[in-house]
Amino acid sequence: MPFSCDLGGERHSFEDLKAVLAAASPLRSGDELAGLAATSSTRRVAARWLLADLPLAVFLSEALVPYEADEVTRLIIDSHDAAAFAPIAHLTIGGFRDWLLSEAADGPTLAAIARGVTPEMAAAVSKLMRGQDLIAVAQKIRVVTAFRSTIGLPSRLSTRLQPNHPADDPRGIAAAVLDGLLHGVGDAVIGVNPASDSVPAATTLIRMLDELREAYAIPTQSCVLTHVTNSLAIMERGAPVDLVFQSVAGSEDANAGFGIDLAVLREAHAAAKALGRGTVGRNVMYFETGQGSALSANAHHGVDQQTMEARAYGVARAFDPLLVNTVVGFIGPEYLYDGKQIIRAGLEDHFCGKLLGLPMGCDVCYTNHAEADQDDMDSLMTLLTVAGCSFLICVPGSDDVMLSYQSLSNHDALYLRSVMGLRPAPEFEAWLAEVGIAAPDGRLRALSHGASPFVRRIAESLA
Amino acid sequence: MSEVVNDELWAQLRRTTPARIALGRVGHALPLAEVLDFQLAHARARDAVHAALDGAALAAELAPLPVLQVESDAPDRATYLRRPDLGRRLSARSAALLAAASKRCDVVFVIGDGLSATGVQAGAVRLLRACMAELADLTIGPVVIAKAARVALADPVGEALGARVSVMIIGERPGLSVHDSLGIYMTFGPRSGRSDAERNCISNIHGAGGLSPQDAARTLGWLLREALRRQLSGVELKDDQTPLLSAKEQGPA
Repeated sequence: MPFSCDLGGERHSFEDLKAVLAAASPLRSGDELAGLAATSSTRRVAARWLLADLPLAVFLSEALVPYEADEVTRLIIDSHDAAAFAPIAHLTIGGFRDWLLSEAADGPTLAAIARGVTPEMAAAVSKLMRGQDLIAVAQKIRVVTAFRSTIGLPSRLSTRLQPNHPADDPRGIAAAVLDGLLHGVGDAVIGVNPASDSVPAATTLIRMLDELREAYAIPTQSCVLTHVTNSLAIMERGAPVDLVFQSVAGSEDANAGFGIDLAVLREAHAAAKALGRGTVGRNVMYFETGQGSALSANAHHGVDQQTMEARAYGVARAFDPLLVNTVVGFIGPEYLYDGKQIIRAGLEDHFCGKLLGLPMGCDVCYTNHAEADQDDMDSLMTLLTVAGCSFLICVPGSDDVMLSYQSLSNHDALYLRSVMGLRPAPEFEAWLAEVGIAAPDGRLRALSHGASPFVRRIAESLA
Repeated sequence: MSEVVNDELWAQLRRTTPARIALGRVGHALPLAEVLDFQLAHARARDAVHAALDGAALAAELAPLPVLQVESDAPDRATYLRRPDLGRRLSARSAALLAAASKRCDVVFVIGDGLSATGVQAGAVRLLRACMAELADLTIGPVVIAKAARVALADPVGEALGARVSVMIIGERPGLSVHDSLGIYMTFGPRSGRSDAERNCISNIHGAGGLSPQDAARTLGWLLREALRRQLSGVELKDDQTPLLSAKEQGPA
């Protein structure tokens, strides 16, 4: 169905709903690469005027990716909760934006409508929202999940400790784990990206992390971010898998490019839940996403990259995950060109994930061929923390020596918690005090004078 | 005041990983020396990404080998970074040049700047000579030096020169610790439209703990003979001798 809009004496026509959405998106290189971006700034605003007047329900009758051809579309449509949608069913997309910002849309109300919001609705409304709107609405939504620690509570900011090593050396990984723990990092997960793709190598790392966690009674969960089929094989061998990880995307074809479908995710979800390893909760899945993944697999179906990203959250929420994060700047400048585009995408992803009811975190990051630097990351991590982001990823000194990109540093977590008065997950916070990493008031001890017996013991055992 | 737990202990732990552990802190921040050290590493990586390849200098180094200089359809570095599709196509001038030079050969080598002209300038010729020494019994076409090149630019180049196999030597995406790493991508039956699954990759070729040019050349020699024997390349050629092409290594593709 074609759409058109008259703006300042000029008529702007769009072939279909996908074209309106793509043109309404803030400028980004991935949509330009796909030939989907608005061809002028005026046309972008025309698309937003058009979008604002469309009914929210249009996405229930008009599929952007055909229902028959795509299991992600089928998942989204078949699991749509009409009762949850009822309170917002009468709204236009513009009206939805205004309602989200109103006082009527408080935390419990937003949680109640989450299953009535489709990923396409979330993406569409985000295109009508400024940065501060994305922050203000996300900040009202708390999504609480748990395994051995509880993620997403008010006044908390959790962190993934990412102790990667270029050769998967267990001692090198353990040393980076210790470095993170001493900065109060690791309450969301201690999660390693293995350099090797093999099942035996991943099993070795899973056992090593589990022994370390057991030995020091650390109330967190570990994860080796290997392919879901590897995790299934590892669980069959009886290795101690806490969380099953997988990268997911917003179409069946893009997921096929990752070597997965919904069936294998269901199988892994059931297998990990059956292990019953969580102590305070039963969320066992960990997903990563990122704008551009569908386009890079040529599986975007002519849909803009931010809408495809929101559809990936539609996949994630079917599996009650403990953690979901966008790896926002990892994919490179052909999808998000510079700091401005990365910052906007990070805020959109966090907002869309939270609106859909996900425990949304972010890998605030960039590669060396993107026009971005540490100042941009400082901005994004600060904005996301104001927005109530559930967790952030930290590596020693911001330098991931295995994946060759820059994420946040352990120090950044200290900065964020300090300037915004936030604390780690309650179980982890208590442990930090118990072992002497933190003082009773929660502040991290000055380590040169305060090295506790615990720190001495763990460091000596590794050295 | 920066601080660490125990210098002797941490010195031992630091030897177990190249990661930036035990940096100490000033308040909640990194000590200034660590901030500047990081900025220097990032600056070197950025300079490597944006450096221009000096084709004439490479050609002089390669003499007396015959050399053809080409460029992709990406007119400048900013466009190159945004539009990988343009970096996979030959410019009209380059296509005409190769058409005129067309002559059948077994192997054509392409030296492409990729994402680290610095790495290519410093190490590509040595790597190329090591590779050629492994393939002395085969007919090698002219060496093609390609600016603004992505990996797949070797497809139209190999096709135009009638090569049975194309080998792209290209600068990999620089990291903070290594900014001059090279990668080799081999494709049997090069022609426009080949997918990355039809190539074999040898990555992380550099002097800071990476693969040596000799080891990389030996691996290429084995792969290339297998490709010619089995008339294919890519995932079907993979075995234990070949490093897996992981997502993180696909930077310049």
